Amino acid sequence: MTLAFREVRLAFNRAPLLGILGAVTIAFSLYAFGLFGLVALNIQQALREVEDRVEVRAFLIEQASDGDVEELMQALNRMPEVADVGYVSPDSALQRARAELEEFRDVMDGVFLPGSVELRLKPGMRDPAQVEKISERLRRYGIVDEVRYGREWVEKLYRIRNVVGVAGTVLGSVFALVAVIIIGSTIRMSILARAREIEIMRFVGATNGFIRLPYLLDGAIKGLVGGGVALLLTWVTSTLVSSTVMQTRYFSFGQMLLGLLAGGVLGLLVSWLSIGRHLRDVPQG
Amino acid sequence: MSGIVRVAHVSKEYPRSGMALRDVSFEIQKGEFVFLVGHSGAGKSTLLRLLSMAEQPSSGDLRVSGYTSSSIRPREIPKLRRRLGIVFQDYRLLPDRTAAQNVAFAMEVTGVSNAVITPRVVKLLGQVGLGHKLDAFPHELSGGEQQRVAIARALANEPFLLLADEPTGNLDDRATHAIYMLLREINAKGTAVLMATHDVAMIHRSGQRFIELERGELVYDGNDMARLLVDLRARR
Repeated sequence: MTLAFREVRLAFNRAPLLGILGAVTIAFSLYAFGLFGLVALNIQQALREVEDRVEVRAFLIEQASDGDVEELMQALNRMPEVADVGYVSPDSALQRARAELEEFRDVMDGVFLPGSVELRLKPGMRDPAQVEKISERLRRYGIVDEVRYGREWVEKLYRIRNVVGVAGTVLGSVFALVAVIIIGSTIRMSILARAREIEIMRFVGATNGFIRLPYLLDGAIKGLVGGGVALLLTWVTSTLVSSTVMQTRYFSFGQMLLGLLAGGVLGLLVSWLSIGRHLRDVPQG
Repeated sequence: MSGIVRVAHVSKEYPRSGMALRDVSFEIQKGEFVFLVGHSGAGKSTLLRLLSMAEQPSSGDLRVSGYTSSSIRPREIPKLRRRLGIVFQDYRLLPDRTAAQNVAFAMEVTGVSNAVITPRVVKLLGQVGLGHKLDAFPHELSGGEQQRVAIARALANEPFLLLADEPTGNLDDRATHAIYMLLREINAKGTAVLMATHDVAMIHRSGQRFIELERGELVYDGNDMARLLVDLRARR
């Protein structure tokens, strides 16, 4: 291993520009992928916030007694899909209406507004089919007069979410593929630059495993450095956008660590493939 | 005497350039010095490549130190190479390493410890007359000196056989003689040498056994110097 590290250092000393160019190329291809990841993360976050507002409201009949309401609330709280339940009494409904619709204040005297139960659903339970199912169950209660949840709005939200999901997967795969191709070419270039050395290693009796090791290390180091630089660049971009255009969210510590690790693993894997191909294509010494 | 190299009815055909070797057979005994002679394209380098198992023959069989071409596994090739010394006309030294590092490299790849490598490198470079140029880079050395480094590297793992592919091809007469004398010295210590060369005069002076190849065929194997003189005159 010490020898492999020395070989990596020697190769860098021999052609520092090639080494730096390699790491920079990897950094930029990972930066492009990271930017995509950042956009995807923020869109996902925005959608989640909108999703949080998905609410099912059940209007109750005028004759509903306090006991009936209490019983309904308890039944709803027991439903696994429900995050929380709130009750709006006829009086507070009227108060709310007066506050929100000030210009109609006068016409509201003596008006009866029905009480309602407001349900917020747990994440993952907010898709149109699930919401409709819950609404259906609510309608079966005798004291429930009408159930509303903004059907069209929920359906549109989920359509957007699906489109974003598919586009994200396709675009993400394309970005990842481009990154792999660019990293592959960079590492292949450094292998070809050292083809003579590989040939000499072979005729003095080096095993393929021994020849491979410095290249794997080189790839992993370049991947880690490239990943680190890409993270720094995405952070600068995110900070700039946050301070000038709109508030954005940056990767969590775990995601950053994962990105860095992915850079290293990518460098390692691509090196493994490239050196393997070289050793296979070039005959034994 | 036991044959450390046995070449039996070996032919090698390349898809584009055709037959490089045709039904070649010979043996080399332990500690022998044998020249391999022939015009360019006669098949000398091909034969040396087959002996180092860099390639497989199209037909026939080679046995080198217990390894047979038809049954050797790819993972066994490095093991064989560690028991062979290989020297090329163009030296093939690593340009960014000193003479000592180039020699050490051959031992490092086989996993020898530094404690063993350092004194052995000094000894080997001393043996080839370069004890005073341990830290010189290849570009600071003459052609003859670079070839000496290459020979020291070939000897690093104490080979039983040294394959030399026209090691004096790029050298002047004086350096050629010095390299030849060095190879004889190595041979005298027990390492068999198979040396490909164009230099008929050198073979004549040595009086050693020579194998002559012509268009891929073995046309002579022996030490009849009269035959060699005919060849020498024909070339002039």
